[in-house]
Amino acid sequence: MKKWMKVVGLIVSVMLLLSVVACGSQGTSGEGGEQSGETESGEKVAKIGVISYLTGDGAAYGEAITSGFEMARDELNEKHKGELKIELVIEDSAGKRDQALNAAQKLINSDNVLAILGPTLSSEMFVVGPEANAAGVPIMGTSNTAKGIPEIGDYVFRNSIPESLAIPAALKKAVDEFGIQKVAIIYGSDDDFTVSGYEVMKKAAEDLGLEILTTEEYATGDTDFSAQLTNIQAAEPDAILASSLYKEGGLIVDQARKMGLDVPFVGGNGFNSPQFINQAGEAANNLVVASPWFPERDDAQVKEFVAKFEEKYGKQPDQFAAQAYDALYIMAQAILDAGTVTDRDAVRDALANIKDFDGVTGDFSFDEIGDPVMEPVVLIVKDGKFVEFK
Amino acid sequence: MNWQQVINGLTIGSIYSIVALGYTLVFGVLQILNMAHGEIFMMGAFIGLMMVVKFQAPLPVAFLAAVLVTAILGYLLERFALRPLRGKAGVSHLAPLISTIGVSIFLENLAHHWFGAETHPFPVSFATISYQIGGVKISLVQLTIFIISITLMVGLSLWLSRTKAGTALRATAENIETASLLGVNTQKIITLTVVIASVMGGIAGVLVGMAFNAVSPQMGLEIGLKGLAIIILGGMGNIKGAMVGGLILGMTEVMSVAFGYSGYRDAIAFLMIIVILLIRPQGLFGQSAPQVRK
Repeated sequence: MKKWMKVVGLIVSVMLLLSVVACGSQGTSGEGGEQSGETESGEKVAKIGVISYLTGDGAAYGEAITSGFEMARDELNEKHKGELKIELVIEDSAGKRDQALNAAQKLINSDNVLAILGPTLSSEMFVVGPEANAAGVPIMGTSNTAKGIPEIGDYVFRNSIPESLAIPAALKKAVDEFGIQKVAIIYGSDDDFTVSGYEVMKKAAEDLGLEILTTEEYATGDTDFSAQLTNIQAAEPDAILASSLYKEGGLIVDQARKMGLDVPFVGGNGFNSPQFINQAGEAANNLVVASPWFPERDDAQVKEFVAKFEEKYGKQPDQFAAQAYDALYIMAQAILDAGTVTDRDAVRDALANIKDFDGVTGDFSFDEIGDPVMEPVVLIVKDGKFVEFK
Repeated sequence: MNWQQVINGLTIGSIYSIVALGYTLVFGVLQILNMAHGEIFMMGAFIGLMMVVKFQAPLPVAFLAAVLVTAILGYLLERFALRPLRGKAGVSHLAPLISTIGVSIFLENLAHHWFGAETHPFPVSFATISYQIGGVKISLVQLTIFIISITLMVGLSLWLSRTKAGTALRATAENIETASLLGVNTQKIITLTVVIASVMGGIAGVLVGMAFNAVSPQMGLEIGLKGLAIIILGGMGNIKGAMVGGLILGMTEVMSVAFGYSGYRDAIAFLMIIVILLIRPQGLFGQSAPQVRK
């Protein structure tokens, strides 16, 4: 009899304990269908959805981006303790449009997030953006650089510098320094990001009065570029403009150098990654690219960020990590300005009003449609490292 | 005629040929499409890469290691994914196809787990050496690829036509029951076939890694699909068809770029396959009355 009582007692106490734990987690982390809200201590909880490219070919992008978010979240939660707590709900898009859309629907409808950061690729943003916009959820891309992202709607923002700003800056600098007159273009013709980069390149080249000798296309996932590069070599350009992600970009540059094509490359945003140098090695030298992020910048805030990031993740933050880090700070600023963690419209308005935000990627403001206003730095690869191109 | 582009086409074409040979050998003997071939190819590339990068091994050692590991993988594939399904009552003829798809997914994820999602560069010490012959530049890497591919193709043809084991393999492909009645150990021949096919795939993997300086867990998928297209083009189960088909596909791809249609490269290549198949539905070297054996 006594034994029986003991067992019942144990079961009851375990159940009680479980229910307490369950309540606790609902109160603070707001799992499941809970909305953002206020805890008993008066600390407001803002739930922010993240859609990122975490598995597949471009997983390195997603990894960098989420590292940036997580670091910013930890710092912000420390800084605004008792006032605002940020929670990230991270979803994987695998770089696929349909999966990104599913993730967005889950975040909007079942997680009830206050705002969304991401997705990683422009092509994903073109399907996720309209969805978030229709639902009235502020969404901010941290790595989308294609044309036409903030134009999707009032709720769509980005803090990543668009190609239309970065590529002309890089090209102009390269033309001035190398005396370029004739160029060849190579780009991936089946991806929104690389196609948009190509269009900007073509226009920038025409604006600068450059002669475009040949335009070559490839498909995402290609590994053999010898045929395209042979055409380019035969055309004898002064420089090659390349719009691609780092994976194909690394291979293109490497194979070009092995063929004896030693002219400078001017690249789009996809080249802005240590992964690119890792892939291309010495062949990466003389690649010119404009970036919002330069880890060696002489700025206390940048130095602190780089040091902390290196300590935590064992590697230097790339542009994607830095932009993500800034993005969450901007979002947190907007939430604090709006003074609410439930009113998405107020957060949107506060976001649109962000001016002269001082982040690690520089002085930042949104223009009237939600594109960033900032100065890119032009970088060049020398001895296997990105250095400022002066 | 742009001879530089011909060289590019021959390089990629001869690699396609070796990949297709692996498919066609297995299909010829077993009437099975080995969907795991592309992933065995990828494993070969990774083993070669690991030898070169981790152990600083010279290239021949990397090839040997890739051959060894892919031979073992081929054996395991046959032993655990194909043999249990063979000759059993009630097993659909599609079952081995599905089990090889399973193996391919397993291997891709294994590589993903072990080596990461990124594309790894494949350092080759002589990557920058090239020779100028007339107006054409041939790199030592391209030359190595040609020599290895041609050696493999000639070696395989000779082995099949001149040796006892090769004859037994052809007999098994012709008719498995008759071959068995005539004293051929068909079980052994089947295992040998899958192992040889896998080794071809492994070598091709190292060659591709060398040629394009890129090894990734996803590399097997695309080349696998091309290999399939090639054996249909050349004639299912036909050795010569695989060799010629590979060269035709590689050449068509490169030429469509050379003539300024880089955006339509794959479309042109596959359109050409469709046209050839409309003219010769059994493939270039396929027998006009297929499926006489069962």
